[in-house]
Amino acid sequence: MLKIENLKAGVGGVEILKGINLSVNSGEVHAIMGPNGSGKSTLSSVIAGDETYEVSSGSILFDDEDLLDLDPDQRAHKGVFLSFQYPVEIPGISVSNFIKAAITEKRKVLGLDPMPAKDLLGKMREKMELLNMKPGYLSRNMNEGFSGGEKKRNEIFQMAMLEPKLAILDETDSGLDIDALKVVANGVNKLKKNNNATIVITHYQRLLDYIVPDYVHVLHNGRIIKSGGKELAHQLEEKGYDWITKLADEKWGS
Amino acid sequence: MKQEELSEDELLEKVTSTEYKYGFTTDIESDTIAKGLSEDVVRLISKKKEEPAWMLEYRLKAYKTWLEMEEPDWANVNYPKPNYQDIIYYSAPKQKKKLDSLDDLDPELKKTFDKLGISLNEQKRLSGVAVDIVMDSVSVATSFKSKLADLGIIFCSISEAIKEHPELVQKYLGSVVPARDNFFSALNAAVFSDGSFCYIPKGSKCPMELSTYFRINEAGTGQFERTLLIADEGSYVSYLEGCTAPQRDENQLHAAVVELIAMDNAEIKYSTVQNWYPGNKEGKGGVFNFVTKRGICHEKAKISWTQVETGSAVTWKYPSCILKGDNSIGEFFSVAVTNNLQQADTGTKMIHLGKNSKSTIIAKGICAGKSNGSYRGLVQISKGAKKSRNFSQCDSLLMGDSCGSHTFPYIEVKNSSSQVEHEATTSKIGEDQIFYCNQRGIGTEEAIALIVNGYCKDVLNQLPMEFAVEAQKLLEISLEGSVG
Repeated sequence: MLKIENLKAGVGGVEILKGINLSVNSGEVHAIMGPNGSGKSTLSSVIAGDETYEVSSGSILFDDEDLLDLDPDQRAHKGVFLSFQYPVEIPGISVSNFIKAAITEKRKVLGLDPMPAKDLLGKMREKMELLNMKPGYLSRNMNEGFSGGEKKRNEIFQMAMLEPKLAILDETDSGLDIDALKVVANGVNKLKKNNNATIVITHYQRLLDYIVPDYVHVLHNGRIIKSGGKELAHQLEEKGYDWITKLADEKWGS
Repeated sequence: MKQEELSEDELLEKVTSTEYKYGFTTDIESDTIAKGLSEDVVRLISKKKEEPAWMLEYRLKAYKTWLEMEEPDWANVNYPKPNYQDIIYYSAPKQKKKLDSLDDLDPELKKTFDKLGISLNEQKRLSGVAVDIVMDSVSVATSFKSKLADLGIIFCSISEAIKEHPELVQKYLGSVVPARDNFFSALNAAVFSDGSFCYIPKGSKCPMELSTYFRINEAGTGQFERTLLIADEGSYVSYLEGCTAPQRDENQLHAAVVELIAMDNAEIKYSTVQNWYPGNKEGKGGVFNFVTKRGICHEKAKISWTQVETGSAVTWKYPSCILKGDNSIGEFFSVAVTNNLQQADTGTKMIHLGKNSKSTIIAKGICAGKSNGSYRGLVQISKGAKKSRNFSQCDSLLMGDSCGSHTFPYIEVKNSSSQVEHEATTSKIGEDQIFYCNQRGIGTEEAIALIVNGYCKDVLNQLPMEFAVEAQKLLEISLEGSVG
C-alpha cells in the first residue's frame, strides 16, 4: 500500500529526513518510535503534504502513485489521513459542519452527491458512541476551547468518519489520560480492517500496549535505524534508545 | 512536484482575484432625462413622477441646502470626486402598467434575476417573501400587496406612497435623516427617484419578510433610493434589502437614504446584502456607495441592522440608531468584505438618549487583495441616558499582506451609571488552518470559504435563513477564484 523510498526532506535547507525507507501493507499496524527530534513528525507531515517541508529526493508510493505529485487534499481523497499532534482551531465551524464539508468534498471527487443529512447524522452518532463521546459535541466549534484530550478524540472521530486507507497517528497519546487512551485505542482497533493500515507515531511504549503493532521502527537522526516486531518496543521501554542510537551514530555520525 | 507550484501569496492573490460574476446588462427600453443637476432637473423629476406640490417644495429646499454643502472627506477612502453635472438623475424602465403578479413581469427582467440566481417565483412560492423589485429607480412589480393590505400593512414604492398616503410620508419623510444631515442626504432628498415605503399598523406582526432587490441598470445612471419604514406601536417587521449591479466602466454614484421609525414597543429588523459592482482588479469602474441609514427607537423599541457588504468600489455607510426611548435597544451586525482595490469605511452610530437603553455592535471586516477596510463607530451616551449599556466587538480578518484594516471607535459617555465595552481583534487566515482542512480533503478555496464563514457566523446567524444562504454564496464569490 505504502512504499517510501530513500525519502529526504528538510526545512530551510536543513535536512531532517536523511533517507527513509518504509513499506506498509494493507492490514498492518506499524509503530514508529524514536527520541525527540528524530524526525517522526516531519515524516508524517511530509506524507500528508505539508508544504513547510521541502522534499529533496525519494518517493512516497501509495497504491503505486507517488504522493509527492499530489496536493494535500488530493492525498486525503486517496485515503491518507493524519491525526495531528497539535490539531488547529477553526472558530465558528461546528464539528458536524466541518466533517460534512470533508465528506462532501471527497464524494465530489468520486462523482457522488453529498451524503443525505440523515445518513450522515446516523453515521456520526454511531462513531461517537464508538469513542464514548458526549452528545452536544457535534455542535461545538472545531477544537475551539477543547482540552488536549478532546482534541485528540476529535481527530480519531474524524478518522472514523472519513475511513481512510492509511491512518497516521502522530503522538495521539500525548495529552490523553489512561482512560481516554484506552477509549481512543479501542476505537482505532475497531476501525482496523484488512484493507487499511495504521502508522502509530509515538514517543512512549504506553500506547502500544493497547494498539499492538505488527512492526516497530526506530527513527533516529532522520533514518530508520532498527526495525522489528512488537518486542522491540518492550526492549526500548526497558533499555531506552541509547543502545541502538550509539551504534547508528558510529555508522552515520551523530 | 505539484500540479501547480504556488506560494501562499500567489495562491491568495489568485483566490482573491475573482472577476465580478454579475456583469451583464439588461436590454430594456428606458425613459431617461439629460445629464446634470439644476433646479429645472429637480422640477422635471417631480413632474415626471406627478408629485404633489409639497413634495416638489421639499425637493427644492433640499436642493438649495445641497448647493451650500461640501462633499465630506473625513472618511478613510480615496476616490475622484464625482462630477455631479455628469450624472443622469432620472431613468425609469418603460413599462405600460403596474403588475399584479410576478408572472406578468417583462421576460428580460426575469432573465436578469435568473442570472443572479434569484428566482422570484421560487422565492414567492417557497419562502413567502413579498418582493418589491426596484430596477433603475422605479418599482416594476409588487407582490403580496393585497395580502398585506388585509392586515393594514402598506408596502409599496415611495412614489406611490407620496400619492396614496401623503399624511404618513409628509409626517415622517426626513424626520430621522433630515435633508441637511449631510451632503449625500441632501442630494438624495432633492433627486430621489424611487424606493420603498412600508407602514406596519399598531400591534401587527408582519407575517412575511419584506424584500427589495436593487439594481442599477442604465449606463451612467445615478441611483438615489429612498426608503421609509414605519413600525407603529407594538408592531414587528423584518425587511430585506439586496443589491447587485451590472458591470460598468465609469463610476456610478449610489446615494441612498433609509429611515426607520420604531414606535413604542415596536421592532424592526433590517437586513442588507450589498453587492454593487466593485470595479475591476485595476480599480476601474465600480459603484460609489454613499448611504445614510438611520433609525429612531421610541420607548422599549428595537432596531437591528444586519449587513453583509461585499461590493462597491467605495463604501461610506453607517447604519445608526437613535435610542430615544427608555429601555430601547439598538443592534448592528456587519460583515464588510473588501478585495482588490475596494475601499470601505463603514460602521455604526449608537446614540443613547433614553434610560436603560442598550446597544450591541458586532463588526467583522475581511480584507483581501490590495483593499482597505475601516470600521468607524460612534457610541454616544448622553447625560440623561442613565444605566445605558453598549457592547462593541470589532474583528478584522486579513488575507495576504497587501491589504489594510483600520478601526476608529469613538466613545462618548456623559454619565457615570452607564457601561461601555469594546473588544477588537485582528487575525490572519493561518497556513496551518488551511493545511488542516486540506488534509481532510477540503481544497484551499473551500477551506478559505469555510474559515471565513466561521468567522462571520455571529453576523450571518442574524440573517433570515434564505438570505443567509445567499450571503454565504456572495462571500464565496467575493473571495474565491478557481484554484488549480
